[in-house]
Amino acid sequence: MSTLVKTEDEAMLADSARGFLDDAAPVRALRDLRDSGRAYDPALWKRICDMGWAGVLIPEEAGGVDMGHAAAGMLAHEMGRTLASTPFLSSAVIAVTILRRIGGERAKSAMAAIASGELTYALAIDEAHKFAPEATTMSAERQGNGFRLSGDKCFVVDGGFADRLLVLARTESGLTLFELPSDRTGITRTAQDMIDSRDAARIAFEDVEATGDDVLGQVGDAMTILKPALEAGQAALAAEMSGLAAGAFDMTLGYLKERKQFGQPIGSFQALQHRAAHLWCEIEVTASAILNAGRVLDGNPDEATLAVSLAKARATSTAQLAVMEGVQMHGGIGMTDEYDMGFYMKRARVSAEWLGDYGYHAEQVAALRGI
Amino acid sequence: MQGEDSLKAFRAEMRSWLEENCPQQMRDGRITDDAICWGGKNWTFSSESQRLWLERASARGLTVPRWPTEYGGAGLSRAEEKVFLEEMERINARPPLKSFGISMLGPALLQFGTPEQNRHYLPQIARGEIRWCQGYSEPGAGSDLASVQTRGEDKGDHWLVNGQKIWTSYADKADWIFALVRTDRDVPKHKGISFLLIDMGDPGVTTRPIRLISGASPFCETFFDNVKVPKGQIVGEENRGWDVAKYLLTHEREMISSGGTGLSGGRALGAVMAQMAGEPSAQDPTLRAAAIRCEVDALATGLTIERYKDMAEAGKGVGNASAMLKYMGTELNKRRHELIMSACGSDALEWDGPVGNRAADWLRTKANSIEGGTSEVMLTILARRVLGLPGS
Ligand SMILES: Cc1cc2nc3c(=O)[nH]c(=O)nc-3n(C[C@H](O)[C@H](O)[C@H](O)COP(=O)(O)OP(=O)(O)OC[C@H]3O[C@@H](n4cnc5c(N)ncnc54)[C@H](O)[C@@H]3O)c2cc1C
Repeated sequence: MSTLVKTEDEAMLADSARGFLDDAAPVRALRDLRDSGRAYDPALWKRICDMGWAGVLIPEEAGGVDMGHAAAGMLAHEMGRTLASTPFLSSAVIAVTILRRIGGERAKSAMAAIASGELTYALAIDEAHKFAPEATTMSAERQGNGFRLSGDKCFVVDGGFADRLLVLARTESGLTLFELPSDRTGITRTAQDMIDSRDAARIAFEDVEATGDDVLGQVGDAMTILKPALEAGQAALAAEMSGLAAGAFDMTLGYLKERKQFGQPIGSFQALQHRAAHLWCEIEVTASAILNAGRVLDGNPDEATLAVSLAKARATSTAQLAVMEGVQMHGGIGMTDEYDMGFYMKRARVSAEWLGDYGYHAEQVAALRGI
Repeated sequence: MQGEDSLKAFRAEMRSWLEENCPQQMRDGRITDDAICWGGKNWTFSSESQRLWLERASARGLTVPRWPTEYGGAGLSRAEEKVFLEEMERINARPPLKSFGISMLGPALLQFGTPEQNRHYLPQIARGEIRWCQGYSEPGAGSDLASVQTRGEDKGDHWLVNGQKIWTSYADKADWIFALVRTDRDVPKHKGISFLLIDMGDPGVTTRPIRLISGASPFCETFFDNVKVPKGQIVGEENRGWDVAKYLLTHEREMISSGGTGLSGGRALGAVMAQMAGEPSAQDPTLRAAAIRCEVDALATGLTIERYKDMAEAGKGVGNASAMLKYMGTELNKRRHELIMSACGSDALEWDGPVGNRAADWLRTKANSIEGGTSEVMLTILARRVLGLPGS
């Protein structure tokens, strides 16, 4: 029986991730990327792949370590703590979950390439300002044995550099998922200059040709394979957001102990103590929802919607509270670009929207709980 | 960790045991004060089924599933207890017995009691034969609990106790009281308190009920006038009662915290909203949004209670962090009942209206963030002891 406590292996993984990231990818690294006009550091991702993290969900025979979604969440949490900018969620979680479901030799070699860092993936779903996969309008018209794809995607996280794209489009028989190399003729990528300084792209598809081989799963039945992958991504993103909240909170707590006003540390004022304690409570409660989502995805993936949406909803509101309190309790310095708190605030805002916001996920919970 | 197979077998065993032993009338999930047996010498069973259910459950150790069998428990592991509770929930069974003895004193005795004390008191608690109340608060000692003034003078073979307690829930129905008594006035306040067990039938103990805003009057004032308490009735060491008191408080807080999670209280919120579906209240988007947010928080808080139990079981004690459960759980329960009142509208405003006594339940929840330590006190504990923020 699995419990809501980290296993020894998971705890070891999380500890070593923390040590590595504090050293190799502190918030400073994100700032440096931003200042040099880049959104992603391939060398960092390569080192991460060498440690096996990209294979956390990949079976051993495809070069992975197969530790499961709870473990993936622990890695995502640690990356969130230091705001590491990596394609972990898009490639190692979302793409891998799809490929695993598909199975077969091709999927196996694709997973091996993800594990080694040779290939990166991005998921192209959004077409408007809110997450709504079922409302996809991008068209995939039949053309002989294949399809012709036309339409525009936006907010494709990691889409600016990914080698391959997972694209959701509508055929006459329904939503279909395509896997395409990002340099296929007719694909144009435009970087979106996002507030969180991470990679995201607008992608235009103009009469892009796809063959039957480019279809993942069944034509017209994308959701069967996409839904578990979205849920895996949402759970891992929630974990990343919980790390973000914890990182912001650690900074705030440190500041409360160190900053003096009226002749005493500001952390001795009860008004601030109680707000800090409340924030800590919210973080603890969210941590349970996240670990639970990982456990359910590992144990009972076909019934994970409630657990996953609960985790993403909670993570979204907790991260938002953590950054708002973080900036406020830092006073003026919290508003400066020179200080890192602003990076946390911006990442929280972007993560809140990616893969469904609070309202989207709370509505899923409500539907499953009869409200 | 137990194997899946042995747990499966255990589940089957519990399922058939419940099938045979839990009376049909006890399978409606009601958890109001009279629906559940609280035990004690003064208890009058509300039905023969209630009596039978207590008798059968306690004979099998299942009123206190995790206590050792020698003290009247079933000696279950946490995993087994979870299975048992799930099986209870499956048939919507009421708990056979609820009491402060089970949720508060028992755990403290298991930790601090002598083997003689445990053999004497615990089985009686498990069988629901004696009912306990808690004598902590005094008129001048609420949040500042260590300021208690009720005095215990050392008279050789006994203490002579004089003083007053207040807010002693169910003191008028209890057989015994566990009380904090000052046995040394010349040391810092935490260091001169002893934890005494006192028979409410002893000469010099009197109680007076206090009526609550919910219409009920479980509250009492309790007075001690030259009460002789034998030396064998101290738990823990003399003047070290504060340790026992604090340990017991963590259990009290855990008990109070689970109210609003929807795990112990069933699906109250979802169910009420569903009941109201089609009526204007369910279509009010503001109300529905608040209800959804409350449900999200309730599910996550319920999981946190589970996680903390799992951590305790794994030997990763959570200590002061459990003040989080008390704070989050009780604030949530208050929100939940506000929403239920709004959803039910004027139907909920009568003492015994078309939807039952929602108003009394709602009013009762207002105490959740006061009893067992207020929310403000919980936040201070967390800020100082868990987050390490400085005192002012
Ligand atoms: C329904 C119910 C049942 C109870 N049952 C029992 C029982 O069986 N046995 C028993 O012994 N007691 C019982 N109590 C008493 C309960 O434990 C006390 O009411 C509680 O500890 C608060 O103490 P007080 O009422 O004296 O409030 P006070 O301590 O006077 O507090 C008043 C207000 O001031 C705030 N406050 C106080 N100190 C601080 C501070 N340092 N910082 C910030 N805010 C502060 C409090 O949070 C509160 O809002 C019960 C209470 C209730 C409501």
